[in-house]
Amino acid sequence: MLPAFPNAMPMEGLAGGLMIGLAGAIMLLGLGRIAGVSGLAARATGIADSGAPRGIAVAFIVGLPLGAWIVSRLAGEIETHFSPSTAQLIIAGLLVGFGTRLGSGCTSGHGVCGLSRFSRRSAIATALFMASGFATVAIMRALGLLS
Amino acid sequence: MKTVITALIAGIIFGAGLAYSGMSDPARVQAFLDITGNWDPTLACVLCGALLPMMIAWRIQARMHAPFADAHFSLPGTTKLDGRLAIGAILFGIGWGIGGLCPGPAVADLAIAPQSAILFVAAMAAGMLIHRYAAS
Repeated sequence: MLPAFPNAMPMEGLAGGLMIGLAGAIMLLGLGRIAGVSGLAARATGIADSGAPRGIAVAFIVGLPLGAWIVSRLAGEIETHFSPSTAQLIIAGLLVGFGTRLGSGCTSGHGVCGLSRFSRRSAIATALFMASGFATVAIMRALGLLS
Repeated sequence: MKTVITALIAGIIFGAGLAYSGMSDPARVQAFLDITGNWDPTLACVLCGALLPMMIAWRIQARMHAPFADAHFSLPGTTKLDGRLAIGAILFGIGWGIGGLCPGPAVADLAIAPQSAILFVAAMAAGMLIHRYAAS
C-alpha cells in the first residue's frame, strides 16, 4: 500500500509488470522479435503487410485476451471502467490506431521494449505520448469530461 | 509450429500481466495520466516491473547469434528521428488519454469487457486502416 495513493496497486503493478517484461523477453530471446502490440495487431489482422509472420502475430494477439481471461478465472472478476461515451471510445480508438502506426509503436514496443534497449527513438516517442496523454487528461478534467 | 506456440505463450503471459496489474482497467490508466487530479502511480510500477526483465533480456540478446526458437533476429534498426515518429506518438497519447486504453489492454479486454472493448478495438483497426491508405 502507498499511504498517499490509496487506490494504487503497487505490488500487483510490479508483479504484472514483471510478467509483461517476461513475455517481452520470451518474444525477444525466443523469436528475435519486439513484443509490440500495435505492430503485431496490425500484422495479425492483415492491416500491415510487413512485419512478423502472420502465425506469430495471430498467436500473440490471441494470447492477450486468453491471458486476461485466465487471470479473471484465477483471481476473480477484474474491474474495468470504460468511458460511457461511445463517441469518446471511437475517437480514442481511431487516434490510437492511426497514431501507433504512424509513430511505429505504442506503450509495449516503444515503452517497454524500446526504453529497455535504450533506444533514442523509443525514448522520444515514450516521452511524447506520455506528455500528450498527461495534457489530454488535464484538459478533459478542466472541461469536466472525465467520467 | 514452435514459433507460433512461443508467441502464444508470450501473448498469454503478457495478457495475464496486463490484467493482474490493473492495466486492463481504462479508468486506472487514465488516473495515471491524471496528474492534475487524483493521480494513481500504478502504471509507473508496471513499467518498472516490465523494464527489469527486458533490460536483462537485451543484455543476453547481445551475446546471442540467433533466438532460441527462430532462425534469426528481426529487430528494428531505425534510428531516425522524424516528424512521423513525433506526430504519431502525440496522436497516440491523445487517444490514450481520451480512452484510457492502448492497444495491449484493449485487445486483452476483449475477454473481460467485450461490449466496450470491441467498440474501441474496431475503431483502432479503422485508425490503422486509415493510416495504411492515407498516410503511406
